[in-house]
Amino acid sequence: MRLALGALAALAVAASAQAGPDEDKLVIDGVEIATEAQAPEGHPLDKLYSGWRFRTDETQALQMDDFENPAMVAVEYGIELWGKPAGASGKSCADCHGDVSELAGLRAVMPKWSEAAGRPLTMEQWINWSIETHQEAEPWKWESQEMLGMTALIGLQSRGMPVAPDMSGGMAEWQERGKEIYYTRMGQLDFACATCHEANAGYMLRADHLSQGQSNGFPTYRLKWQNIGSLHRRLEGCVKDARAEPWKSGSDELVAIEAYLATRGAGLMIETPSVRQ
Amino acid sequence: MAAVKPRVKVPSKASAGETITVKTLISHPMESGQRKDKEGNVIPRKIINTFAATFEGEEVIRIKVEPAVSANPYFEFDMKVPGTGTLAFAWTDDDGTVYTEDKKIEVA
Repeated sequence: MRLALGALAALAVAASAQAGPDEDKLVIDGVEIATEAQAPEGHPLDKLYSGWRFRTDETQALQMDDFENPAMVAVEYGIELWGKPAGASGKSCADCHGDVSELAGLRAVMPKWSEAAGRPLTMEQWINWSIETHQEAEPWKWESQEMLGMTALIGLQSRGMPVAPDMSGGMAEWQERGKEIYYTRMGQLDFACATCHEANAGYMLRADHLSQGQSNGFPTYRLKWQNIGSLHRRLEGCVKDARAEPWKSGSDELVAIEAYLATRGAGLMIETPSVRQ
Repeated sequence: MAAVKPRVKVPSKASAGETITVKTLISHPMESGQRKDKEGNVIPRKIINTFAATFEGEEVIRIKVEPAVSANPYFEFDMKVPGTGTLAFAWTDDDGTVYTEDKKIEVA
């Protein structure tokens, strides 16, 4: 009995030590990036924390050095593609946009409202729109290395800038739709996004330290994937974990969730491309 | 992944006898040979099996790599710089390809 009590006490200590984010500071090659932010008014969480704060020291270290960050391989590929002419127009991204740094700040407002399409488009959709309309080339697949390299490269230009969700056009409607999905229980496990990332953020789900499910670091290099991947790929994984049927990348449902996640993470700094477990 | 591409980070200048840190990373899928594709066929093993660094012909480090190592293997080591010279890196792939990279170190 005494032994059992001792074991219980040890468990309690282990659990409390793991509850919540750690106190580490994210410094990438000498530049500090804030990993927490005050929640905007009416936000369901008191304080916003980047997923980086919930990871082990070893995983955190990978993101603190651009050389060690394995996602930078994708960024280098993105740089190569940026200057490469493609399609019937024979134009490269650089021909119209100039240096990629011109796109600084773009990642922070994604997904962004398109007047022409009458809907929000994600970074991937904007890139493919540009490829089809201006380059007159074949669009890239969502999870292709080309797409990931380009979204990582463009996202990197906004690193350290706060997430500032687009509120123009009909964005509010899409955010509202995303919110509805976020709080809807689904699958055999009957989990909503909020079950893990709001009610239990900071606690352990088996071996996984649950984060707030923020989107500020995507696309992210995930050790489990041994590759860089998109936010939609991660969301599909989440839905599968609840044993529900996932939506396809680029589907309206996932775009709506992405739009809502931006409002949930407003004020957090962009960390693209981040490294996660 | 995109094409296999080595990256190395070496200080370009050092003083004689100084200990420097060398960082290397190569983009490589490191297919373990344990996985199967959708049809159930084994995906053949394809990994970087050896990594070596030589300074002016003298071997500094040699690492035998096993299939358990993840994609995009990263190696970091410290070495003492005897003088000005070139540090040559070589990653050997299972298919026989050797990926190489050179870095010059200037000793003031």
